[in-house]
Amino acid sequence: MTHVSSIEPDIGSEHMLINIGPQHPATHGVLRLVCELDGETVVKVMPDIGYLHSSFEKLGEYRTWNQIVPLTDRMDYLAPLIYNCAYVMAVEELMELEVTERCKIVRVICMEMDRIFSHLLWLGTTAIDVGAFTPFLYAFQERERIYSLHESFTGARITTSATRIGGMMADLPDGWIESLKDFLDTVPKTLDEIDSLLTTNAIYLGRTIDIGAISGEDAINHGLTGPNLRASGVPYDLRKDKPYYDYETYDFEVPIGENGDCYDRYLVRMEEMRQSIKILHQAIDRLPEGPINVDDPRVSLPSKTDCMNDMESMIHHFKLITEGISVPAGDCYFAVEGSKGELGMYVVSDGGYKPVRWRIRPPSFVNLSVISKLAEGHLVSDLIMINASLDIVLGEIDR
Amino acid sequence: MAENNTIDALKNVFSESILRHEINAGDQCVVFVDPSQNTEILSWLRGEPTQSYDLLVDVTAVDFGEGLPIQVVYQLWSLAHKKSIRIKCELEIENLTIKTVTSIWKSADWLEREVYDLFGVEFTGHPDLRRILMPKTYEEGHPLRKDFPLRGRFSRAEQTRRALSQDYHDYYTEEMLEIGGKPAVSSPKYETETDKGNSS
Repeated sequence: MTHVSSIEPDIGSEHMLINIGPQHPATHGVLRLVCELDGETVVKVMPDIGYLHSSFEKLGEYRTWNQIVPLTDRMDYLAPLIYNCAYVMAVEELMELEVTERCKIVRVICMEMDRIFSHLLWLGTTAIDVGAFTPFLYAFQERERIYSLHESFTGARITTSATRIGGMMADLPDGWIESLKDFLDTVPKTLDEIDSLLTTNAIYLGRTIDIGAISGEDAINHGLTGPNLRASGVPYDLRKDKPYYDYETYDFEVPIGENGDCYDRYLVRMEEMRQSIKILHQAIDRLPEGPINVDDPRVSLPSKTDCMNDMESMIHHFKLITEGISVPAGDCYFAVEGSKGELGMYVVSDGGYKPVRWRIRPPSFVNLSVISKLAEGHLVSDLIMINASLDIVLGEIDR
Repeated sequence: MAENNTIDALKNVFSESILRHEINAGDQCVVFVDPSQNTEILSWLRGEPTQSYDLLVDVTAVDFGEGLPIQVVYQLWSLAHKKSIRIKCELEIENLTIKTVTSIWKSADWLEREVYDLFGVEFTGHPDLRRILMPKTYEEGHPLRKDFPLRGRFSRAEQTRRALSQDYHDYYTEEMLEIGGKPAVSSPKYETETDKGNSS
């Protein structure tokens, strides 16, 4: 017991090094946060990433253009359809290929549905991180219904691989739109319920307001995009600022926050889900009949009848099957507003059947890099909330 | 974006350093600039009110193989003018060094580390240039280079052997070890002179 008194005076001045993760539920993936602590206060956070690295970009260089699609949904398994769409949209942009009207709207439906899908997971898991368990159950019940929609459309619940260059893997099955409508009817009620549990909850407010705040200027400097940037009051949304797929004709608003703290990031995502529901209703209303795949011999297989009757079609069929799609030389950066932020796909072609370079501009990767700045001076428990509020997915950070 | 005036403006200000430009995929402006002038050009693009490219969206690199120069690519976006531009610097494969842009945009920190990790491009002046996705002790080179084989340079057996022979030094930087103090377990792989003295 005599030792205790001789040790005690030093305890206050000594900084401690602790690891959060890589295997820890609060890091939302295989993320390791090495923290320097002064008592319970975070002095410095040094994130260590790369545990899930599987070099998708290198793998892509060994695959034909269409074979890359399955790699994209393995990056962000929380919003796979957005990644499927973003990749093929970049290749189509480089080929200057215009997809059919029906395909455009089906993709808009896919992307908005997965925005809700991803935000619901964020909402549930973040609420758990600050001790609220019920919203998690509510959110996952709704997510389960999107899983079913994924499954009936693509045959897979997570690894959807639903898009192809020039169209989709298949057209929407019968009755799918009705199931989506059912989902859209009930999801606002769930959101209202979660809203009533969290938005004015004293514990939740205490845990999120003024925690991890960042100004708009700093957020731009650090490259934040998506809801994290908009929570800081910068109304940057690619659907409005650089519209693709006629987003400028949809009636929706871009919610922005004021303080850029965890609470504003929560409010922005909640409102984004409601706006996505609004977009989905409009998209369903304007979904036209017609072909889903573009009629272009460069990318689409001709019909069996044509192959048997017409020499040209036979040649196209043979070329597409044996060699794959050939993309003209050049490079193209194409970005969509993903659920996590600006999701860019940069493709470089030398005119061949495989890309020279395929690069994902990873929104979570850039968003996570700001965590050391946000967490400085906060408590360890706040670090958990800050990390959760950034909405990261490690599959895409490590790629 | 045919009305993008940035190319003409760049040519007026940095006449010699703007090497050439392309319009790709319909409307995307790509400007090749002198690598030794990259920070000057990029900070001008950010600061000049008529351009104000304030968001550094992406920093990446492209290797075409066959000894061709590696391109370092900066993708920029202007929030005020809603326009984008891509700046490319070509670096000879024997001399892969370029100045860092971390002093202009903080977001360049991790993005440049990734390019360093996967392509081996040195960013001079970077505050913390070390590997980010690959492990600290990775010795097989830079995976996204075209001369790097898909499965790595070492055999599977050698890769496994190296993975199993790691110790705590491999998981922490020097800075982290200073905070944490000396661990109770000694590390034969990184034994210092004083450790040897103590153990014998």
